[in-house]
Amino acid sequence: MSLLSIQNLSLSIYGVDILRDVTLSVEEGEIVAITGESGSGKSITALASMQLLPKGTQTRGRVMFRGQDLTQQDEASLCALRGNDIGMVFQEPMTALNPVQTIGAQVAETIRIHDRSVSRAAAEIRAAETLTRVGLPQDRFPLGRYPHELSGGQRQRVVIAMAIALQPRLLIADEPTTALDVTTQAQILDLLKNLARADGMGLMMITHDLAVVADMADRIVVMREGEVVEEGETTHLLRHMNHPYTKMLFAASGHQVNLPEVTAQPPLLEVTHVSRDYRLPRKTLFGPAGHFRAVDDVSFTIHRGERLGLVGESGCGKSTLTRALLGLERVQAGTITLDGAPVFSGNAPNLAVRRKMQVVFQDPFGSFNPRHRVDRLVTEPFHLLPDPPTGADRTRAIDAALTAVGLAPADARKYIHEFSGGQRQRIAIARALIIRPELILFDEAVSALDVSVRAQILDLLADLCGTYDLTYLFISHDLSVVRTVTDRVLVMQAGKIVEEGPTEQTFENPQHPYTRSLIDAAPVLPEIHAAE
Amino acid sequence: MVRYTFKRLLSLLLSLAVASLVIFAVIEVAPGDPASFMLGMNAQPETLAALRTELGLDASKGARYLSWVGGMLTGDFGTSYTYRTPVIGMVADRLWVSLPLALYALALSTIVAFPAGLFAASRRGQAGDIGVMGATQLGVAIPNFWFAMMLVLIFAINLRWFAAGGFVGWDKGFWAGMHALTLPAVALALPQAAILARVMRSSLLDVLGEDFMRTARAKGLTERQALWRHGLRNALIPVLTIIGLQFSFLLAGSIIIEQVFYLPGLGRLVFQSISARDLIVVESVVMLLVFSVIVVNFLVDLAYAAVDPRLRSRT
Repeated sequence: MSLLSIQNLSLSIYGVDILRDVTLSVEEGEIVAITGESGSGKSITALASMQLLPKGTQTRGRVMFRGQDLTQQDEASLCALRGNDIGMVFQEPMTALNPVQTIGAQVAETIRIHDRSVSRAAAEIRAAETLTRVGLPQDRFPLGRYPHELSGGQRQRVVIAMAIALQPRLLIADEPTTALDVTTQAQILDLLKNLARADGMGLMMITHDLAVVADMADRIVVMREGEVVEEGETTHLLRHMNHPYTKMLFAASGHQVNLPEVTAQPPLLEVTHVSRDYRLPRKTLFGPAGHFRAVDDVSFTIHRGERLGLVGESGCGKSTLTRALLGLERVQAGTITLDGAPVFSGNAPNLAVRRKMQVVFQDPFGSFNPRHRVDRLVTEPFHLLPDPPTGADRTRAIDAALTAVGLAPADARKYIHEFSGGQRQRIAIARALIIRPELILFDEAVSALDVSVRAQILDLLADLCGTYDLTYLFISHDLSVVRTVTDRVLVMQAGKIVEEGPTEQTFENPQHPYTRSLIDAAPVLPEIHAAE
Repeated sequence: MVRYTFKRLLSLLLSLAVASLVIFAVIEVAPGDPASFMLGMNAQPETLAALRTELGLDASKGARYLSWVGGMLTGDFGTSYTYRTPVIGMVADRLWVSLPLALYALALSTIVAFPAGLFAASRRGQAGDIGVMGATQLGVAIPNFWFAMMLVLIFAINLRWFAAGGFVGWDKGFWAGMHALTLPAVALALPQAAILARVMRSSLLDVLGEDFMRTARAKGLTERQALWRHGLRNALIPVLTIIGLQFSFLLAGSIIIEQVFYLPGLGRLVFQSISARDLIVVESVVMLLVFSVIVVNFLVDLAYAAVDPRLRSRT
């Protein structure tokens, strides 16, 4: 008898089909990874395993947990099961914890809710033990800490502690490391793996990251649009994948693009000894305010036609540096010039320089005004021009920009909600291209996209490099992407550039220990192409 | 927490100082002579001169401000020109009606609004929710003077459970006083309760969608347990803001209800002294109201910090 066995599960929410005939199982002590792109139904499968489904859900089929069909259980017995026999870890550690309760209280709650006879004090002792077990020792992380006093990785450890406090038989982890930095991700994955092995727990991992899947799982289940398309034991599946979708997923994950060669060109953007300080709140009433140096003495040059990468973990100063480059904020030391002119002059961005720079942001959903049509959205940069094109010229510019990114001129009259995430990111690129900027900043521009869409956008980028002679700075935490779309790379840590060099050489032979730790921590896709 | 309290207290004192300056400037220093304004167009020169001396208008502006503030700090609010009695006594009498009335109304509105908001939020989109929301819509829409008159008509004139107006005074005993304030408090509380219930509901609904509520359910809490243990406290912040605003409004803004029930409250005192051009009383009452608003805001700030640990550590 399997620990968890989902049999022919079909599920619809308010009449919309979400899952179709899903069958999969998790054995005791086994790590099963469910993977697929957004909309594949993998998260709903996880929630169905706990019967924590949204209102309006109708299910057919069975969810058997240790021989009992959970779909037939009443709410009281399900509550007794959740947290006790099945634990769950969620994607967003920043919001998964109650901000107004201490971590000790939240871990102890799992224990007390299932066994009223445990005294408060005894529950706290067990909470402390569990927190120590997940790597939060009491001398550094006492029970009285609040979530906001912890980092993302530490919060995820608290969430894991809550899930495993009662040593459940099954642990479900829904994208547990997607929101975390690579080095933290490696630690959390190790933790989950070790806990599962030590307690003989079944672990159901939901993740879109195939490198993580290949690294962790005993068995892989691939889902697409609510259906299981392929499943199998990991090494076997990696060697003999049958379904075209599985093949496509793995190919897209390791997608490489060929950038056109560049020749030596004059410098375009010159950053010399730039530092950016943020004021900290005063410690004493009349004492001097402290400062936090987010960017510390950074110097680099982007040459015309060059594709430069910038990698580093969250909080390293990448975003602060981006804002400084765009001239959105004053820097405390150093100069930033584009073509010799400062990006920030007087008290404002230098408009003459700003119109030569554009930016593409991460979030394809939040970076557009939903009430404007595409033509208005992509022509936004025109306000930087002294005499923006009008009438037929404007239409021609819009058509050209949309065509360049693979959309149709007819899309100009649509609203942004009519487009998918990948299409939106194309529109964001069209918006950046429309005034033919000399430099584009890509700030985590493909991080929110599914692998297949990401591969298309990277291809688009490579094409545009050929047709537009793009110069760009590509900022990302994703090393594999930076590796393929840049010529040279900067590695940033705690506000400083710690390593700089040609991309391939830096990745092959990192000099700085931090670069090495980043590369080591990043999960790697196994070589599968030979077996195709 | 001590640091936070200290900082809020400092900002309270600063706000008071600024408010007193503004009030003084508007009423006393603004163009026109307070004495001639108070006496009207046809005042005798001798009367005017006497009043100017009495008000101390011959002194410099700085000295007048200091003596006004100094007086208030020592409990001397000056003497009402119209009634010839110390302002402090008049204000204190009125405050003994207005303050209990405001607290009574606030308590009523909170007692009604919390369960109503919780009830509606936990039955989102169902009949119970729609019913509560309809009722609050009505509560916001009904003018409270009309509602007050209906209360009088039903409970005072027809049923004779309450007096139609007036205030017996607290020397008749606590319950007699509360009894007399019941109808006005209900009239005042109705729209406030309606607003508060709506805020409570939407705030709870926001919290219900939070990730940590799902975490709580995954731990094995029932929906109700998750709501009580994790939802409520997180939903309280916007509710506290509204309660703070409502108290300030209830203290000073009950003039219409005071008029309907013929209550000797602060609102009527302000109204009467403005009509009588008794600037000394107006000035003092306005300052008192500003003081109470600022103090209530201070208390609300402390309540925020009690509810949300993130505010405590942020300085």
